[in-house]
Amino acid sequence: MDPSKSQLMQYVPVLMLAVVAVLFSAGTLAASSLLGKRARRSAVKDTAYECGMLPVGEGNTRLSIKFYLVAMLFILFDIEVVFLYPWAVNFKGMIREQPGLIFGSMAGFMVVLFIGYIYALKKGAFDWKQ
Amino acid sequence: MAWFHNLSATEQFLLVSAIKIVCVFCVVMPAVAYSVLAERKISAMIQDRLGPNRVGPGGLWQPLADGVKTFLKEDFVPAHVRKAYFWLAPMVSMTPALLVLAVIPFGSNLGGEPMVIADLNVGILYTFGIVSLGVYGIVLAGYASNSKYPFLGGIRSSAQMISYEIAMGMSVIPVFLIVGDLNLSKVIEYQYQHGWLILYAPLSFVIFVIAAFAETNRLPFDLPESEQELVGGYHTEYSSMKFALFFMGEYANMIAASAMMVTLFLGGWTLPVAGLNRPAESIPMGLAQMVIFMAKVAVLMGLFIWVRWMWPRFRYDQLMDLGWRRFLPLALANILATALWLWMVA
Repeated sequence: MDPSKSQLMQYVPVLMLAVVAVLFSAGTLAASSLLGKRARRSAVKDTAYECGMLPVGEGNTRLSIKFYLVAMLFILFDIEVVFLYPWAVNFKGMIREQPGLIFGSMAGFMVVLFIGYIYALKKGAFDWKQ
Repeated sequence: MAWFHNLSATEQFLLVSAIKIVCVFCVVMPAVAYSVLAERKISAMIQDRLGPNRVGPGGLWQPLADGVKTFLKEDFVPAHVRKAYFWLAPMVSMTPALLVLAVIPFGSNLGGEPMVIADLNVGILYTFGIVSLGVYGIVLAGYASNSKYPFLGGIRSSAQMISYEIAMGMSVIPVFLIVGDLNLSKVIEYQYQHGWLILYAPLSFVIFVIAAFAETNRLPFDLPESEQELVGGYHTEYSSMKFALFFMGEYANMIAASAMMVTLFLGGWTLPVAGLNRPAESIPMGLAQMVIFMAKVAVLMGLFIWVRWMWPRFRYDQLMDLGWRRFLPLALANILATALWLWMVA
């Protein structure tokens, strides 16, 4: 059998590219730390950069709850996108025989999701002004 | 060539793949370096300056000089950072950008050998999977720096990138409704048979382009590193080659995004003239198609650069508003409209 047709063999070049890409990024970092000028330290140089002011408080400050909300909504909608892909691929094949089924099922799915979207919208999850 | 035919089919496949990977690398790396120069030259033209013109004729060797310079710079790791992540972040931001290129068909074939590193049947899913990894580099950099500006930059960018990933993922669904396959070679096959997909799904193209700007952190959406507010954003604490890797990662990402746009919407390596609209039958034709692909990518890179120097930056609430309130419903409506249209046609 032609190896380039086998499912698993197709991923071998991806793996090879991954190895090359990782080696490239690791190699450049290693080369620069070998070739580069030796770092000289001083107390001022070691402080966090804040435009010349001395840093106050922790580096990693607390952040707005909004960011967590966005992350949660992302997971919801991204899963929806993943569900849509197989539907999209099979759509053309099925539209002739069972148009109601293939269109209706996804339209129903989208309506449910859109209700959820409206809920999040009305709750102010996308409101960044206040 | 006798020794080549003596190898087993698997060995031939591996050898040819290795050659393709090396060639792609040898094209992409100079392309990254020279798009930086192009950016500097075009910005200079737009702002009525000269731009780099000292190294070589018209500044042609500037990328080389920059490369040597960044290698020789003081390799400084501040004491307050989280060391392991600080080293890991630049690598994590560079690697995914290169991995995306695996599934892009950059030509039809050369002597019967398909010009794509890995012709995966889930091409686009692979691309989105890898593109999502890009956010880790920036978040890690922000977290590892243990300093306020990078932290804010990292957090901002994570929210921005995941928001626009949804719009991007949805915007391409009409393409797959029309083509009926996730394999990028099949997408191109459809395009040389029926015409470029930008004609069938113009709204998808617009959303995809804008989302690509947000995903690559380019102006008008460069909130993660907005200089006036965050100094350098997530890479404020970085120097020497570690900084350069972030920089190269950004440009490699732009090249990958342009290549995706060309493949999905602009016909890939095809051109509807002079018999270039079908898989090549001779080696010169195959080479010509690769040149066409690269020319299309170069035009889109020009667009990325042009937009950067023409547009002001969005405010953060405007950015989120555009992603969630405009693009998400618009992309959903686009999917339904395309599905309805296909139903009518069938």
